[in-house]
Amino acid sequence: MQSLVGVLFDGLAYGMLLFLLSAGLSVTLGMMNFVNLAHCAFAMIGGYVAVTLTNSMGWPFLAALPMAFLAAALVSIALERTLYRRLYRASELDQCLFTIGVVFVSIAGAAWFFGTVQQSIETPGYLRGTFQLFGMSFARYRAFLIAFAGAITLALLAGLEYTRFGARVRAAVDNQRMARGLGIDVDRTFALTFAVGGGLAGLGGALAVEMIGLDNAFAFTYLVYVLIVVAVGGLGSIGGSLLAAALLGVSDMAGKYYVPSLGAFLIYLVMVGLLMWRPAGLFGKR
Amino acid sequence: MKVLFGAAFALLFAAGAQAQVKVGIILPYTGQFADGATQMDNAIKLYVKQHGDTVAGKKLEFIRKDTGGIAPDVAKRLAQELVVRDKVDILAGFLLTPNALAAGDVSAEAKKFMVVMNAATSIITTKSPYMARTSLTTPQLNQALGDWAFKKGGVKKAYTMVSDYGPGIDAEQAFQTGFKAAGGEIVGSVRFPVANPDFSAFVQRAKDQSPEGIFVFIPGGAQPAALGKAFAERGIDPKKIKVMGQLELTDESARKAMGDVALGMITAAHYDPNFDNPKNREFVKAYEADYKRTPNFFSMGGYDGMHLIYEALKKTNGNTDGQALIDAAKGMKWDSPRGPITIDPETRDIIQTVYIQRVEKAGDGTRNVVIDKIENVKDPVKERMKK
Amino acid sequence: MAAADIFASRARWRWPELAFWACTLLPYAVTPAYLQLASQIAITALFALSLDLIVGYAGLVSLGHAAYFGLGSYAAGLLAKHGWGEPLSGLLLAGLVGGIAGYLSSHVIVRFRHLALIMLTLGFGLLLAEAANSAHAITGGADGLQGVRMGTLLGFKFDLYGRTAYGYSLFTLFLCFLACRRIIHSPFGLALRGIRENSVRMTAIGAPSRAHLRKVYTISAVLAGIAGGLLAQTTETVSLEVLSFGRSADVLVILILGGAGRLYGGLVGAMLYMVARDQFSGVNPQYWYFWIGLLLIGVVMFLPNGVLGGIGRFLPRRA
Repeated sequence: MQSLVGVLFDGLAYGMLLFLLSAGLSVTLGMMNFVNLAHCAFAMIGGYVAVTLTNSMGWPFLAALPMAFLAAALVSIALERTLYRRLYRASELDQCLFTIGVVFVSIAGAAWFFGTVQQSIETPGYLRGTFQLFGMSFARYRAFLIAFAGAITLALLAGLEYTRFGARVRAAVDNQRMARGLGIDVDRTFALTFAVGGGLAGLGGALAVEMIGLDNAFAFTYLVYVLIVVAVGGLGSIGGSLLAAALLGVSDMAGKYYVPSLGAFLIYLVMVGLLMWRPAGLFGKR
Repeated sequence: MKVLFGAAFALLFAAGAQAQVKVGIILPYTGQFADGATQMDNAIKLYVKQHGDTVAGKKLEFIRKDTGGIAPDVAKRLAQELVVRDKVDILAGFLLTPNALAAGDVSAEAKKFMVVMNAATSIITTKSPYMARTSLTTPQLNQALGDWAFKKGGVKKAYTMVSDYGPGIDAEQAFQTGFKAAGGEIVGSVRFPVANPDFSAFVQRAKDQSPEGIFVFIPGGAQPAALGKAFAERGIDPKKIKVMGQLELTDESARKAMGDVALGMITAAHYDPNFDNPKNREFVKAYEADYKRTPNFFSMGGYDGMHLIYEALKKTNGNTDGQALIDAAKGMKWDSPRGPITIDPETRDIIQTVYIQRVEKAGDGTRNVVIDKIENVKDPVKERMKK
Repeated sequence: MAAADIFASRARWRWPELAFWACTLLPYAVTPAYLQLASQIAITALFALSLDLIVGYAGLVSLGHAAYFGLGSYAAGLLAKHGWGEPLSGLLLAGLVGGIAGYLSSHVIVRFRHLALIMLTLGFGLLLAEAANSAHAITGGADGLQGVRMGTLLGFKFDLYGRTAYGYSLFTLFLCFLACRRIIHSPFGLALRGIRENSVRMTAIGAPSRAHLRKVYTISAVLAGIAGGLLAQTTETVSLEVLSFGRSADVLVILILGGAGRLYGGLVGAMLYMVARDQFSGVNPQYWYFWIGLLLIGVVMFLPNGVLGGIGRFLPRRA
């Protein structure tokens, strides 16, 4: 029983990380149908910014996190304004090719500036080690991750539900043409959403360094997992991404504990099974 | 008349001999193994800088090719192109086993001297009679570790956890062979997927078996740190339950990421930048000055590989014939920064000292401290094949 | 009468096509040291062509096509390893294995579209790759298949220069290309394009959409298997990499680069991508990704719908 709780806890933490990395992509893909395979490059930028600020410039870890968000958001806006907006009318295949080109450039760029070596980040003492609860030990960093991601999710959902901007986002995701017809500036809404989504990915990247590491190939390595979360959760749905990420994280962990010979198979089997049952994703619309 | 012809020929021959020796270096400069390639390439450049680029009167030219990772078809094609198009005399590099195996075919067919500077699977050197290795073999380190763990490490019961791919499985088998032959008992084992970001489930399983020692094999990069943290989170203290593995487990970036969690981990290594001998101190100092980084075993494989090439060329007087070079390489012994090494004349593989080291506190961080050593270790798999 | 005329006129050989194929013989004369690379380009071109059938013509985007390529590769490799080194029969086996796998999986795959289809094909590909890793007793695992030794091909030995390899790969590519061309310029091919544009309407007019898609998917898998078999035979190595996500992703990038749905797109894309990669990585082994990335970005910005699509904009329109 102890180990089950431990496994669930760890799985949930991993899932939360995946959620932060994927939420932005789910919303932007659902809203504009723009296939941005370079999403994890934003995560990578956030990760490197956080590492540089904390390790080389001595910033406290918690202060570096918002900067990671900001840096990734700024790069997203810049990219969107200059290059991406020309491709909204392009075919999906062209969007794929373009954004893969961006991934390649970012991987080479990261290698140029930071080298190919694994990065590690100096987390503060109160986030290291474990704490005891009901006779079981839990990792402090994972607990922090769960709490932090939970807070962000609540903020996102509240933002979607209770703000004008959130209403515009929901309208644009539901029916873009209608939203335009009603006078909503979909392009601007999209640009801002894209920025927030990119920023979230950057934040996820910064938080990921401690748990899963960071190197110049990060943009590619985690793309598959992010796509899995987005597809299983359903495009355009934050709740869907959350549930999918949690599900995948926990089942991955549980599978490895109880049936280790299935190891890597499980996450793909779960994805295949869920998609065959609900092709549009758990909370997807199309 | 005859004298004139003879002189003309001699002149032509001499003119030809003033030419170069071309060395083709095949490494995964991009992709997930890029960092190892960078470390090795740095050491190669360092050796050339320290010893000049002329050997036995000939100038060395290097042609570098990228395989992008594990890609034996690409490695084979690159080796073929180096031989056919660029007319190289020597093939070198080879971080990854599948690539080394594929290129071995080319070395054998074209009769070119080949120096493997990292790939660690035993059978590699059997692929071509012109191939020598200056790195290590996985069984060399891990079987010695298994033997040591029982006899001197105080571990009677061990649990093994390895990544489910070639090198991991090799390491598992080598450790278990050495451990059981010495009298130990393996209480359980697990193999995890290669690209595994999170270890807590597997570590919990290991803990459930209450072993005295846990043997681990994972690829370098992000994983050692993740594993170390999983150990800490699940309450496995390496000072009490002996966590053992191959040197990647406690290399510099892994220890930095693990922090004090790594204290007490025991690894079998053929090289660590901390080795306290004059040659190594010099090597590390020169490397750090040029590249602002500490060298690791990838660098050492490259550095010693270059030494082998230089010395073999000196011995053959610049003759680049494959047979001549490999004959010169067989049996060569020298004192490397890692200690005394020999190229086995029978198998053309490396014979070296295996050091057992433990992670201990050092100032602000940690470092590996040698606590024991086993000398003149040959590759046990090929030894068994002989019988 | 009119319909047959349309098909006949589309299927006529025009001089750019003839020139293209004549040029494929150039490497023998002009760049004989690059024949191994040319051989691998031909193999990749065949793989991309097989993907074009389903992506460009039927509209099914797959991120797991390497599964059939890999199965063909292992089939041919295992046959040679266990003693039967004759290349042509190995190639047929590779195609057969790919085809069977394609046929079986097509029943599931053709039911899906859009992101679900992409992720399903990705998932199946990853599962197969994992399975191959686990079955290392058969596949040789991460070290790859050892002991693959090919016999002679119609009396020609597979030499170090790659002369036999290129001739073999090129000829196989040509034959398969002819077959694809025939398929595309037939009522079946037209039906596929109809399905790609609007599958609902196609069913409404009585075309058996699902059956058509399964058929083309199987044919595509056969061709991919043949390509895989060629790789195994010409390089005498097979490793897990032939089944990897990387290979599936690469071939999709190559196809889009060249232009999907234009028959020659895969071939042009393969030539461009692999030559660029070879040249860039020769100049700069550590950072060539950067230049390739710029190439991809540039192509999309200036030549939408791939190189052939972009060129098509500048050529006079044909009926």
